[in-house]
Amino acid sequence: MTVVFEPWNETRGAEIIGEHANQEGATLVILHALQEAFGYVPEAAIPMVAQALNLSRAEVHGVFTFYHDFRHKPAGRHVLKLCRAEACQAAGGDALAAHAEAKLGVSLGNTTPDDRVTLEPIYCLGLCATAPSAMLDGRLVGRLDQQRLDALVAEAQR
Amino acid sequence: MSLRLFVSRDAGAVAVGADEVALALEQAAAKRDVAIEIVRTGSRGMYWLEPLVEVATPQGRIAFGPVTEADVPSLLDALANNTPHVLRLGATDEIPWLKRQTRLTFARCGVIDPRSLDDYRAHGGYKGLERALSLGSDAILNEVTASGLRGRGGAGFPTGIKWKTVAQAKADRKFIVCNADEGDSGTFADRMIMEGDPFLVIEGMTTAGITVGATKGYIYIRSEYPHAVEAMNAAILAARRGGYLGDKIGGSPYSFDLEVRVGAGAYVCGEETSLLESLEGRRGIVRAKPPLPAHHGLFGKPTVINNVLSFAAIPFILAEGAKAYADFGMGRSRGTMPIQLAGNIRHGGLFETAFGVTLGEFVDDIGGGTATGRPVRAVQVGGPLGAYFPRALFDTPFDYEAFAARDGLIGHGGIVVFDDSVDMRKQARFAMEFCAIESCGKCTPCRIGSTRGVETIEKIIRGERVSENLALVEDLCNTMKFGSLCALGGFTPYPVLSALKHFREDFAPAPTTLQAAE
Repeated sequence: MTVVFEPWNETRGAEIIGEHANQEGATLVILHALQEAFGYVPEAAIPMVAQALNLSRAEVHGVFTFYHDFRHKPAGRHVLKLCRAEACQAAGGDALAAHAEAKLGVSLGNTTPDDRVTLEPIYCLGLCATAPSAMLDGRLVGRLDQQRLDALVAEAQR
Repeated sequence: MSLRLFVSRDAGAVAVGADEVALALEQAAAKRDVAIEIVRTGSRGMYWLEPLVEVATPQGRIAFGPVTEADVPSLLDALANNTPHVLRLGATDEIPWLKRQTRLTFARCGVIDPRSLDDYRAHGGYKGLERALSLGSDAILNEVTASGLRGRGGAGFPTGIKWKTVAQAKADRKFIVCNADEGDSGTFADRMIMEGDPFLVIEGMTTAGITVGATKGYIYIRSEYPHAVEAMNAAILAARRGGYLGDKIGGSPYSFDLEVRVGAGAYVCGEETSLLESLEGRRGIVRAKPPLPAHHGLFGKPTVINNVLSFAAIPFILAEGAKAYADFGMGRSRGTMPIQLAGNIRHGGLFETAFGVTLGEFVDDIGGGTATGRPVRAVQVGGPLGAYFPRALFDTPFDYEAFAARDGLIGHGGIVVFDDSVDMRKQARFAMEFCAIESCGKCTPCRIGSTRGVETIEKIIRGERVSENLALVEDLCNTMKFGSLCALGGFTPYPVLSALKHFREDFAPAPTTLQAAE
């Protein structure tokens, strides 16, 4: 279930910004909407957001870089997030993270050279009673073990 | 007659196959020409039994679990012919783990269809608001204060006092903000209630709105909780359609409406002032207090900001009266606390009970020890900023003051269990690393201290001048504890110092070969 994003387009970007610009405190709302459409927040969109909200470019850039969620370039075709917080650590998450890194040949926070898989840490999916857990493109997986992880990695690499 | 089945749509159940089980049930039923109706509920909170399938019978619901897709054909046969099944757990309400609980806040979670306003009302929903509307602001404040409810997010500040401060403030606009940025590892109660009983949160926030004179509320949900976002948005639409949000709520003169805002992966935004900054569209930088959000909150206006569980406790208090709530608990910790059992634990899940149960009862008795079957060595209580407790402190009762007296905190009620394979140096290092990653950067003790903390603990792990560096870490923790602006830098020392204090043997200099050979 590859998520297909639109290619960046200024007119479409302006439209998205315009849809939300009238809300109070709209910056995060707009950045989320842009990322949802394009898969990342294109550099060119930052000054457009600033102008629409009557903010400086630096202010919008500051918001964009503060939050872990916002990407400055597209992720791989699939995003595999592994929970790395304490409850998952207690249930064997460290070994699974190392296993995923070895399988994909990239460390957490990176994308495979063929742009197929982005492997990311996430700090808590709230599935702490069925730890360790992971998320592949928005699909949640609990009670992760090496076998299940191998299946997820294989699915992501397809 | 059609079989009425209940399968959870809670993210924790879905993560272990609840959707697949529901689909398999539908397919198998169609194949056998058995009429079934599947209601997708929240979770009962017994996660080791998920996916849990319940069937309605004249004697109440009967539970089966954990069910896999492969179990579905035999399960359906057993249900249709009323024959025994190996996964049968008996009447759901009689399962000891559920029966032992006092579910005031989670009474409906896992029982009702979270998308149905009618189901919510049929199970006592909106009774609290109806009474609140007849009471008026002053009387509501008295009830909330008398209930003894303290902020369930972790700080434990009396909710009644907070609300009264906002009610008395004069302003053209006031706001109600729900902190649903449940970032603590080992906690999922907010997520469960938003997914399993979202109208309860709406009712609690609406009550706050009419009490303090606010007409707009925001629910700030972390982006890691897409299912909760969806559930809250659906419930808000349904409440609006049903006349419970918008103008003239329930035919009263009051107006109140809600909006969901989604976070963007910053742990520090669970700190209330950082959350307000984020809601205003800025970097989640912590604000210095005072001024308090009650005076100068969202967009500079008086704001009630409470955790999901605090708002969720309100409808019971108003429907049943403050005394019914305050009768539970111990000392200054009144009512119930939804405890979350997590990590390496056999019976993990949500256990709501009156304050006063000891840590040991939760871990050994209710939780059943570790999932791996190895001895429990450490438990972290209260999230990444909570202390690690050894077995020796298992007699600590769940009570805000009792935990504080032992250099720990209840926080949001999460208990993460570790077995004897845990390396406490690694956990201490992680606490500092997490703080370094998530620090908003405003104050130096947190921003710099956490990074220096990681470096120094790494030196200890490598065996470099261990006693000197241990003293340095302790000193650094004191600086962070007393010099940080908010709980992130201020409480990160809890896990670090508790690891040093209670698990000192992990930090001892590595034995030389000679000693090891002896």
